[in-house]
Amino acid sequence: MSGLAYFPGCSLKDDAKRYEDAALFVMERLGAPLEELPKWTCCGTVYSLADDDLMHHVASVRNLVRTQETGADELVTLCAMCFNTLSRVAERVGADEEERTKINAFMDREPDYEGGIRVRHLLQVLRDTVGWESLSAATVRPLDGVNVAAYYGCTLVRPKEIGIDDSERPIVMADVVEAVGATPVAFPFEAECCGTYQIVDEPHLALEQSSRILRSALRAGADVVATACPLCQHNLERAAETLGADAEGIHVVYFTELLAAALGADEARLTPVVRALVAQAATAEGGA
Amino acid sequence: MARAKAVSREGLRQRVEELSGESVFACYQCGMCSAGCPYAEEMDRLPSQVIRDLQLDDPTLLDSNAMWVCASCLACEVRCPKGVDLAKLMEALRQIHLRATLDRVSLDRLSKDEIRELPQIALVASLRKKTG
Repeated sequence: MSGLAYFPGCSLKDDAKRYEDAALFVMERLGAPLEELPKWTCCGTVYSLADDDLMHHVASVRNLVRTQETGADELVTLCAMCFNTLSRVAERVGADEEERTKINAFMDREPDYEGGIRVRHLLQVLRDTVGWESLSAATVRPLDGVNVAAYYGCTLVRPKEIGIDDSERPIVMADVVEAVGATPVAFPFEAECCGTYQIVDEPHLALEQSSRILRSALRAGADVVATACPLCQHNLERAAETLGADAEGIHVVYFTELLAAALGADEARLTPVVRALVAQAATAEGGA
Repeated sequence: MARAKAVSREGLRQRVEELSGESVFACYQCGMCSAGCPYAEEMDRLPSQVIRDLQLDDPTLLDSNAMWVCASCLACEVRCPKGVDLAKLMEALRQIHLRATLDRVSLDRLSKDEIRELPQIALVASLRKKTG
């Protein structure tokens, strides 16, 4: 593989397609292109917390085998849930030879997983491999004057063993948007749970949680909320609808959409929400 | 949703410890988990009370809604001063139900449009957490 081995997952091909499109554009611009993993399958979506439930780790391990076949020792993800599930399985199965042997025995028609694949989120790649200076240098349309509430949720930062940043006060996404000229706003609900899959059968739980997060971001003066998770994005947008006038104008975008705008993506490829932020930045720049 | 058959209530603590790999007696009831749980007010027993009931081997814990309200957000797990992974205890309680009885969630109540609007990861995660 010439680029970074990249695992999309189901949502990135459907409701979160713009998250992927923007990431592909950005990484191409930064000279570290993402190359989609051949024959990837579902990651398993949630990490099985029951000790004896090895069977549900098989979905993740299959994707680690696919990665192994490419010769890469790293797999890059965008979806925060895929990141959490794949990296927890990679940690557990990588560290425990007995469990690895058991799981390999489950998979009749797969080569054995040998361990050693590291799963990284794109935010880690931007921080640790690309670096803020390169990101700033590649910025052609700085997001001046745009106040961004960087929202992390759960799966990027918990548990600590696989978290990409501090579990209580993460800063990596704020640093990312700051590198392209935006102003990160601090808000205390940045790593609170959005309500996740409870939106399916207990929607009041998810909408109440997501509403609290949005209200907190609004009080901090956010123009927009940035996220790395298709489920957070969905729940927070749904909550914005229920808040009505109180949340007027606030939207939830993927952090890669902001980067794509700053790195010069064709305006026609941006969503109306991101185009409006670009216009806001242009006005701020003109007035400065 | 109807229960297919009664869940065995014998030896609850032992089964939960076996499934979770956690020791419930590590907990000294400081209440940090309940203080930080975003869903505590929706639960009929607080997260710390769930662990207390496990210490006491109280089988009525199986009737609580706490395990279904818990969304495995791990706010408790990262903050517990004794390193107890309460999310794993909650998963074990869910698993005891799901391995013995009917699924907790069904998509039959949702219309096709509602299902179409939900991200796949919401549907798959819900079914992974609430069906056996």
